[in-house]
Amino acid sequence: MNKRIFLDPLFKNNPIPVLALGICSALAVTVKLEPAMVMALSVTLVTGFSSMILSLLRNTIPNRIRIIVQLVVVAALVILVDQILKAFAWEISKQLSVFVGLIITNCIIMGRIEAFALYNKPFPSLVDGLANGLGYGIILIAVSIVRELLGSGTLIGYQVIPQQWYVANGGFYENNGLFILPPMALIILGLIVWVFNAKNAKRV
Amino acid sequence: MEQIANIFVKSIFTENMIFAYFLGMCSYLAVSKTVKTASGLGLAVIFVLLITLPVNYLLDRYVLSPGALAWINPQWAEVDLGFLSFILFIAVIAAMVQLVEMVVEKFAPALYNNLGIFLPLIAVNCAILGASLFMQEREYGNILEVFSYALGSGIGWYLAIVSIAAIREKLSYSNIPAPMRGLGIAFIITGLMGIAFMSFMGLQT
Repeated sequence: MNKRIFLDPLFKNNPIPVLALGICSALAVTVKLEPAMVMALSVTLVTGFSSMILSLLRNTIPNRIRIIVQLVVVAALVILVDQILKAFAWEISKQLSVFVGLIITNCIIMGRIEAFALYNKPFPSLVDGLANGLGYGIILIAVSIVRELLGSGTLIGYQVIPQQWYVANGGFYENNGLFILPPMALIILGLIVWVFNAKNAKRV
Repeated sequence: MEQIANIFVKSIFTENMIFAYFLGMCSYLAVSKTVKTASGLGLAVIFVLLITLPVNYLLDRYVLSPGALAWINPQWAEVDLGFLSFILFIAVIAAMVQLVEMVVEKFAPALYNNLGIFLPLIAVNCAILGASLFMQEREYGNILEVFSYALGSGIGWYLAIVSIAAIREKLSYSNIPAPMRGLGIAFIITGLMGIAFMSFMGLQT
Protein backbone atom coordinates (compact mmCIF):
# COMPACT_ATOMS: atom_id res chain seq x y z
CA MET A 1 0.00 0.00 0.00
CA ASN A 2 2.66 2.49 1.05
CA LYS A 3 4.82 1.37 -1.83
CA ARG A 4 2.06 2.20 -4.29
CA ILE A 5 1.51 5.59 -2.68
CA PHE A 6 5.21 6.21 -3.17
CA LEU A 7 5.68 4.94 -6.72
CA ASP A 8 2.51 6.19 -8.37
CA PRO A 9 3.31 9.92 -8.35
CA LEU A 10 6.82 9.26 -9.63
CA PHE A 11 5.83 7.78 -12.96
CA LYS A 12 2.21 7.03 -13.69
CA ASN A 13 0.55 10.03 -12.07
CA ASN A 14 3.43 12.45 -12.11
CA PRO A 15 2.09 15.79 -10.91
CA ILE A 16 3.58 17.94 -13.65
CA PRO A 17 2.83 16.26 -16.98
CA VAL A 18 -0.33 14.42 -16.00
CA LEU A 19 -2.06 16.82 -13.63
CA ALA A 20 -0.41 20.10 -14.70
CA LEU A 21 0.19 21.08 -11.09
CA GLY A 22 3.05 23.09 -9.75
CA ILE A 23 4.50 24.47 -12.94
CA CYS A 24 4.44 27.99 -11.55
CA SER A 25 7.69 28.20 -9.74
CA ALA A 26 9.24 25.17 -11.36
CA LEU A 27 10.55 26.27 -14.68
CA ALA A 28 12.25 29.55 -13.94
CA VAL A 29 15.02 27.79 -12.02
CA THR A 30 15.86 25.20 -14.68
CA VAL A 31 18.58 27.11 -16.55
CA LYS A 32 21.24 25.36 -14.49
CA LEU A 33 21.18 21.92 -12.88
CA GLU A 34 22.42 22.91 -9.43
CA PRO A 35 19.66 25.37 -8.44
CA ALA A 36 17.12 22.98 -9.93
CA MET A 37 18.33 20.20 -7.63
CA VAL A 38 18.17 22.45 -4.59
CA MET A 39 14.69 23.56 -5.61
CA ALA A 40 13.55 19.95 -6.08
CA LEU A 41 14.87 19.02 -2.64
CA SER A 42 13.20 22.01 -0.97
CA VAL A 43 9.85 21.31 -2.59
CA THR A 44 10.04 17.63 -1.66
CA LEU A 45 10.69 18.43 1.99
CA VAL A 46 8.00 21.12 2.16
CA THR A 47 5.39 18.92 0.47
CA GLY A 48 6.18 15.95 2.69
CA PHE A 49 6.18 17.74 6.01
CA SER A 50 3.25 20.05 5.30
CA SER A 51 1.19 17.00 4.35
CA MET A 52 2.21 15.26 7.55
CA ILE A 53 1.52 18.25 9.82
CA LEU A 54 -1.87 18.96 8.27
CA SER A 55 -2.77 15.30 8.44
CA LEU A 56 -2.06 15.39 12.19
CA LEU A 57 -4.28 18.47 12.48
CA ARG A 58 -6.96 17.24 10.12
CA ASN A 59 -9.58 16.55 12.77
CA THR A 60 -9.12 19.82 14.62
CA ILE A 61 -9.25 22.35 11.76
CA PRO A 62 -12.69 23.81 11.11
CA ASN A 63 -13.53 23.27 7.48
CA ARG A 64 -14.26 26.91 6.67
CA ILE A 65 -10.87 28.31 7.56
CA ARG A 66 -8.77 25.39 6.40
CA ILE A 67 -7.20 27.26 3.46
CA ILE A 68 -5.75 29.91 5.76
CA VAL A 69 -4.43 27.27 8.17
CA GLN A 70 -2.84 25.40 5.28
CA LEU A 71 -1.22 28.56 3.96
CA VAL A 72 0.19 29.40 7.38
CA VAL A 73 1.70 25.94 7.89
CA VAL A 74 3.19 25.89 4.39
CA ALA A 75 4.51 29.43 4.72
CA ALA A 76 6.17 28.61 8.04
CA LEU A 77 7.94 25.60 6.49
CA VAL A 78 9.03 27.66 3.49
CA ILE A 79 10.47 30.33 5.78
CA LEU A 80 12.50 27.59 7.49
CA VAL A 81 13.81 26.36 4.14
CA ASP A 82 14.62 29.90 3.04
CA GLN A 83 16.52 30.72 6.22
CA ILE A 84 18.48 27.46 6.03
CA LEU A 85 19.40 28.13 2.40
CA LYS A 86 20.46 31.67 3.24
CA ALA A 87 22.64 30.39 6.07
CA PHE A 88 24.34 27.46 4.34
CA ALA A 89 24.06 28.07 0.59
CA TRP A 90 24.02 31.81 0.09
CA GLU A 91 25.08 31.69 -3.60
CA ILE A 92 22.28 29.34 -4.56
CA SER A 93 19.72 31.18 -2.52
CA LYS A 94 20.68 34.33 -4.47
CA GLN A 95 20.14 32.46 -7.74
CA LEU A 96 16.77 31.12 -6.66
CA SER A 97 15.78 34.63 -5.50
CA VAL A 98 12.02 34.95 -5.19
CA PHE A 99 11.30 31.41 -6.28
CA VAL A 100 11.94 29.94 -2.83
CA GLY A 101 9.10 32.12 -1.53
CA LEU A 102 6.92 31.02 -4.40
CA ILE A 103 6.99 27.44 -3.11
CA ILE A 104 4.14 28.63 -0.86
CA THR A 105 1.80 29.04 -3.79
CA ASN A 106 3.02 25.92 -5.56
CA CYS A 107 -0.15 24.10 -6.51
CA ILE A 108 1.32 20.65 -5.78
CA ILE A 109 1.49 21.35 -2.07
CA MET A 110 -2.04 22.67 -1.70
CA GLY A 111 -3.25 20.02 -4.12
CA ARG A 112 -1.81 17.11 -2.12
CA ILE A 113 -3.06 18.54 1.17
CA GLU A 114 -6.57 18.99 -0.18
CA ALA A 115 -6.69 15.69 -2.04
CA PHE A 116 -4.80 13.37 0.29
CA ALA A 117 -3.61 14.65 3.65
CA LEU A 118 -7.04 15.77 4.86
CA TYR A 119 -8.39 12.22 4.61
CA ASN A 120 -5.44 10.05 5.55
CA LYS A 121 -3.22 9.16 8.50
CA PRO A 122 0.05 11.08 9.03
CA PHE A 123 2.50 8.47 7.79
CA PRO A 124 0.88 7.74 4.41
CA SER A 125 0.49 11.51 4.01
CA LEU A 126 4.19 12.01 4.58
CA VAL A 127 5.00 9.33 2.01
CA ASP A 128 2.53 10.79 -0.47
CA GLY A 129 3.91 14.28 -0.04
CA LEU A 130 7.53 13.18 -0.41
CA ALA A 131 6.70 11.10 -3.48
CA ASN A 132 4.87 13.92 -5.19
CA GLY A 133 7.71 16.28 -4.41
CA LEU A 134 10.15 13.76 -5.91
CA GLY A 135 7.99 13.30 -8.99
CA TYR A 136 8.10 17.05 -9.45
CA GLY A 137 11.86 17.01 -8.85
CA ILE A 138 12.48 14.41 -11.56
CA ILE A 139 10.82 16.59 -14.20
CA LEU A 140 12.62 19.69 -12.95
CA ILE A 141 15.98 17.93 -13.12
CA ALA A 142 15.27 16.43 -16.56
CA VAL A 143 14.42 19.85 -18.01
CA SER A 144 17.45 21.47 -16.42
CA ILE A 145 19.86 18.77 -17.66
CA VAL A 146 18.73 19.42 -21.24
CA ARG A 147 18.91 23.18 -20.82
CA GLU A 148 22.30 23.32 -19.13
CA LEU A 149 23.91 20.76 -21.44
CA LEU A 150 22.73 22.34 -24.68
CA GLY A 151 22.69 25.93 -23.47
CA SER A 152 26.04 26.19 -21.70
CA GLY A 153 27.78 22.87 -22.37
CA THR A 154 28.16 22.15 -18.66
CA LEU A 155 26.53 20.06 -15.91
CA ILE A 156 26.56 21.37 -12.33
CA GLY A 157 29.23 23.81 -13.54
CA TYR A 158 31.62 21.13 -14.93
CA GLN A 159 32.48 21.37 -18.62
CA VAL A 160 30.99 18.33 -20.38
CA ILE A 161 31.39 19.25 -24.05
CA PRO A 162 35.17 19.11 -24.78
CA GLN A 163 36.77 22.52 -25.16
CA GLN A 164 38.40 21.60 -28.50
CA TRP A 165 35.00 21.15 -30.11
CA TYR A 166 34.14 24.83 -29.84
CA VAL A 167 34.38 27.10 -32.86
CA ALA A 168 36.52 29.48 -30.82
CA ASN A 169 39.14 26.69 -30.47
CA GLY A 170 38.95 25.64 -34.10
CA GLY A 171 36.18 23.05 -33.69
CA PHE A 172 32.65 22.81 -35.09
CA TYR A 173 30.43 23.20 -32.03
CA GLU A 174 28.67 26.16 -30.51
CA ASN A 175 26.34 26.41 -27.50
CA ASN A 176 22.71 26.97 -28.38
CA GLY A 177 21.83 30.24 -26.68
CA LEU A 178 18.12 29.64 -27.22
CA PHE A 179 18.10 27.08 -24.41
CA ILE A 180 19.04 29.72 -21.86
CA LEU A 181 15.91 31.75 -22.70
CA PRO A 182 12.77 30.97 -20.68
CA PRO A 183 10.47 29.84 -23.54
CA MET A 184 12.60 26.74 -24.23
CA ALA A 185 11.70 25.37 -20.79
CA LEU A 186 8.06 25.30 -21.87
CA ILE A 187 8.83 23.62 -25.17
CA ILE A 188 10.95 20.94 -23.47
CA LEU A 189 8.16 20.39 -20.96
CA GLY A 190 5.66 20.09 -23.83
CA LEU A 191 7.79 17.33 -25.33
CA ILE A 192 8.03 15.56 -21.95
CA VAL A 193 4.23 15.66 -21.68
CA TRP A 194 4.02 14.17 -25.15
CA VAL A 195 6.27 11.23 -24.22
CA PHE A 196 4.39 10.67 -20.95
CA ASN A 197 0.98 10.65 -22.59
CA ALA A 198 2.12 8.40 -25.41
CA LYS A 199 3.53 5.85 -22.93
CA ASN A 200 0.51 5.94 -20.64
CA ALA A 201 -1.88 5.51 -23.55
CA LYS A 202 -0.05 2.38 -24.64
CA ARG A 203 -0.27 0.85 -21.18
CA VAL A 204 -4.03 1.22 -20.95
CA MET B 1 8.05 60.03 -14.71
CA GLU B 2 10.24 58.35 -17.26
CA GLN B 3 11.08 55.68 -14.69
CA ILE B 4 7.38 54.96 -14.14
CA ALA B 5 6.64 54.56 -17.85
CA ASN B 6 9.73 52.40 -18.16
CA ILE B 7 8.60 50.02 -15.42
CA PHE B 8 5.14 49.84 -16.97
CA VAL B 9 6.31 48.86 -20.45
CA LYS B 10 8.97 46.50 -19.11
CA SER B 11 6.53 44.59 -16.91
CA ILE B 12 4.10 44.10 -19.79
CA PHE B 13 6.50 42.96 -22.48
CA THR B 14 10.06 42.04 -21.59
CA GLU B 15 9.45 40.84 -18.04
CA ASN B 16 6.06 39.33 -18.68
CA MET B 17 4.83 37.30 -15.70
CA ILE B 18 4.06 34.23 -17.77
CA PHE B 19 6.61 34.20 -20.55
CA ALA B 20 9.65 35.27 -18.56
CA TYR B 21 8.92 33.88 -15.08
CA PHE B 22 6.16 31.26 -15.53
CA LEU B 23 4.13 32.80 -12.72
CA GLY B 24 0.47 31.85 -12.46
CA MET B 25 0.85 28.96 -14.88
CA CYS B 26 -1.60 26.70 -13.07
CA SER B 27 -4.63 28.91 -13.53
CA TYR B 28 -3.28 30.05 -16.88
CA LEU B 29 -3.48 26.48 -18.19
CA ALA B 30 -6.69 25.55 -16.40
CA VAL B 31 -8.83 28.54 -17.30
CA SER B 32 -7.72 29.21 -20.87
CA LYS B 33 -10.25 27.10 -22.76
CA THR B 34 -12.51 29.99 -23.83
CA VAL B 35 -11.74 33.67 -24.33
CA LYS B 36 -14.63 34.84 -22.18
CA THR B 37 -13.62 33.10 -18.95
CA ALA B 38 -9.94 33.82 -19.63
CA SER B 39 -10.71 37.50 -19.89
CA GLY B 40 -12.69 37.38 -16.63
CA LEU B 41 -9.79 35.78 -14.77
CA GLY B 42 -7.34 38.21 -16.36
CA LEU B 43 -9.36 41.21 -15.18
CA ALA B 44 -9.60 39.75 -11.68
CA VAL B 45 -5.82 39.34 -11.58
CA ILE B 46 -5.25 42.98 -12.63
CA PHE B 47 -7.75 44.08 -9.97
CA VAL B 48 -6.19 42.07 -7.14
CA LEU B 49 -2.65 43.06 -8.12
CA LEU B 50 -3.59 46.74 -8.03
CA ILE B 51 -4.90 46.34 -4.48
CA THR B 52 -2.42 43.95 -2.88
CA LEU B 53 0.83 45.32 -4.25
CA PRO B 54 0.55 48.83 -2.73
CA VAL B 55 -0.58 47.33 0.59
CA ASN B 56 2.36 44.94 0.61
CA TYR B 57 4.64 47.78 -0.39
CA LEU B 58 3.59 49.85 2.63
CA LEU B 59 3.93 46.79 4.85
CA ASP B 60 7.41 46.14 3.54
CA ARG B 61 8.45 49.78 3.82
CA TYR B 62 7.15 50.48 7.32
CA VAL B 63 7.26 47.11 9.07
CA LEU B 64 9.41 44.47 7.43
CA SER B 65 12.56 45.84 5.86
CA PRO B 66 15.69 46.32 8.01
CA GLY B 67 15.34 49.33 10.26
CA ALA B 68 11.78 49.96 9.11
CA LEU B 69 10.41 50.10 12.62
CA ALA B 70 12.45 53.20 13.47
CA TRP B 71 9.41 55.42 12.84
CA ILE B 72 7.70 53.95 15.92
CA ASN B 73 10.66 54.04 18.26
CA PRO B 74 14.27 54.93 17.32
CA GLN B 75 15.47 52.10 19.55
CA TRP B 76 13.99 49.57 17.15
CA ALA B 77 16.14 50.68 14.23
CA GLU B 78 18.16 47.49 14.56
CA VAL B 79 15.18 45.19 14.17
CA ASP B 80 14.94 43.28 10.88
CA LEU B 81 11.67 41.43 10.38
CA GLY B 82 12.51 40.44 6.80
CA PHE B 83 12.10 36.74 7.52
CA LEU B 84 8.39 37.28 8.20
CA SER B 85 7.71 38.68 4.75
CA PHE B 86 6.49 35.44 3.11
CA ILE B 87 3.90 34.74 5.76
CA LEU B 88 2.68 38.34 6.01
CA PHE B 89 2.47 38.81 2.24
CA ILE B 90 0.42 35.67 1.77
CA ALA B 91 -1.82 36.62 4.69
CA VAL B 92 -2.40 40.08 3.22
CA ILE B 93 -3.20 38.57 -0.15
CA ALA B 94 -5.65 36.03 1.27
CA ALA B 95 -7.33 38.66 3.45
CA MET B 96 -7.50 41.21 0.63
CA VAL B 97 -9.01 38.72 -1.77
CA GLN B 98 -11.65 37.85 0.79
CA LEU B 99 -12.36 41.53 1.44
CA VAL B 100 -12.54 42.42 -2.24
CA GLU B 101 -14.92 39.53 -2.80
CA MET B 102 -17.28 40.77 -0.07
CA VAL B 103 -17.13 44.41 -1.17
CA VAL B 104 -17.69 43.60 -4.82
CA GLU B 105 -20.57 41.28 -3.96
CA LYS B 106 -22.27 44.02 -1.95
CA PHE B 107 -21.77 47.05 -4.18
CA ALA B 108 -21.31 45.73 -7.71
CA PRO B 109 -23.32 42.54 -8.20
CA ALA B 110 -22.86 42.68 -11.98
CA LEU B 111 -19.08 42.74 -11.62
CA TYR B 112 -19.32 40.02 -8.99
CA ASN B 113 -21.12 37.76 -11.42
CA ASN B 114 -18.26 38.16 -13.86
CA LEU B 115 -15.30 38.03 -11.49
CA GLY B 116 -16.72 36.30 -8.44
CA ILE B 117 -15.94 32.69 -9.21
CA PHE B 118 -12.31 33.55 -9.98
CA LEU B 119 -11.52 35.50 -6.84
CA PRO B 120 -10.93 32.53 -4.49
CA LEU B 121 -8.65 30.97 -7.12
CA ILE B 122 -6.50 34.05 -7.09
CA ALA B 123 -5.47 33.84 -3.44
CA VAL B 124 -3.12 30.98 -4.33
CA ASN B 125 -2.14 32.32 -7.74
CA CYS B 126 1.65 32.50 -7.94
CA ALA B 127 1.49 35.68 -10.00
CA ILE B 128 0.19 37.72 -7.07
CA LEU B 129 2.70 36.52 -4.48
CA GLY B 130 5.41 36.57 -7.13
CA ALA B 131 4.72 40.20 -7.94
CA SER B 132 4.93 41.11 -4.25
CA LEU B 133 8.23 39.30 -3.85
CA PHE B 134 9.69 40.85 -7.00
CA MET B 135 8.57 44.25 -5.77
CA GLN B 136 10.41 43.62 -2.50
CA GLU B 137 13.53 42.36 -4.24
CA ARG B 138 13.76 45.15 -6.81
CA GLU B 139 13.23 47.85 -4.17
CA TYR B 140 10.96 50.19 -6.10
CA GLY B 141 11.41 53.76 -4.93
CA ASN B 142 7.90 55.05 -4.34
CA ILE B 143 4.29 54.01 -4.42
CA LEU B 144 3.68 55.34 -7.95
CA GLU B 145 6.30 52.99 -9.32
CA VAL B 146 4.64 50.15 -7.45
CA PHE B 147 1.27 51.08 -8.97
CA SER B 148 2.71 51.12 -12.47
CA TYR B 149 4.41 47.77 -11.85
CA ALA B 150 1.14 46.27 -10.60
CA LEU B 151 -0.84 47.58 -13.56
CA GLY B 152 1.83 46.57 -16.05
CA SER B 153 2.27 43.02 -14.84
CA GLY B 154 -1.50 42.58 -14.57
CA ILE B 155 -1.97 43.71 -18.16
CA GLY B 156 0.88 41.46 -19.27
CA TRP B 157 -0.82 38.48 -17.62
CA TYR B 158 -4.16 39.45 -19.16
CA LEU B 159 -2.62 39.65 -22.64
CA ALA B 160 -1.00 36.26 -22.23
CA ILE B 161 -4.09 34.40 -21.02
CA VAL B 162 -6.45 35.98 -23.54
CA SER B 163 -4.15 35.26 -26.46
CA ILE B 164 -3.60 31.62 -25.51
CA ALA B 165 -7.34 31.18 -25.00
CA ALA B 166 -7.98 32.58 -28.48
CA ILE B 167 -5.42 30.21 -29.96
CA ARG B 168 -6.80 27.20 -28.07
CA GLU B 169 -10.33 27.96 -29.29
CA LYS B 170 -9.08 27.72 -32.89
CA LEU B 171 -6.94 24.68 -32.07
CA SER B 172 -9.91 22.53 -31.18
CA TYR B 173 -10.59 22.24 -34.92
CA SER B 174 -7.09 21.16 -35.88
CA ASN B 175 -5.64 17.72 -36.18
CA ILE B 176 -3.07 17.26 -33.41
CA PRO B 177 -1.39 13.93 -32.57
CA ALA B 178 -3.44 12.36 -29.77
CA PRO B 179 -0.79 12.34 -26.97
CA MET B 180 -0.06 15.99 -27.69
CA ARG B 181 -3.64 17.20 -27.28
CA GLY B 182 -4.54 19.48 -24.41
CA LEU B 183 -1.63 20.07 -22.11
CA GLY B 184 1.27 19.23 -24.42
CA ILE B 185 0.28 21.57 -27.21
CA ALA B 186 -0.60 24.31 -24.71
CA PHE B 187 2.96 24.20 -23.36
CA ILE B 188 4.50 24.34 -26.81
CA ILE B 189 2.30 27.23 -27.93
CA THR B 190 3.15 29.13 -24.76
CA GLY B 191 6.82 28.53 -25.55
CA LEU B 192 6.40 29.87 -29.08
CA MET B 193 4.48 32.89 -27.81
CA GLY B 194 7.29 33.43 -25.31
CA ILE B 195 9.82 33.47 -28.13
CA ALA B 196 7.67 36.03 -29.91
CA PHE B 197 7.57 38.18 -26.77
CA MET B 198 11.35 37.94 -26.52
CA SER B 199 11.55 40.16 -29.57
CA PHE B 200 10.28 43.02 -27.41
CA MET B 201 13.69 42.94 -25.73
CA GLY B 202 14.68 45.41 -28.44
CA LEU B 203 12.54 48.00 -26.64
CA GLN B 204 14.98 48.12 -23.76
CA THR B 205 17.20 51.16 -23.77
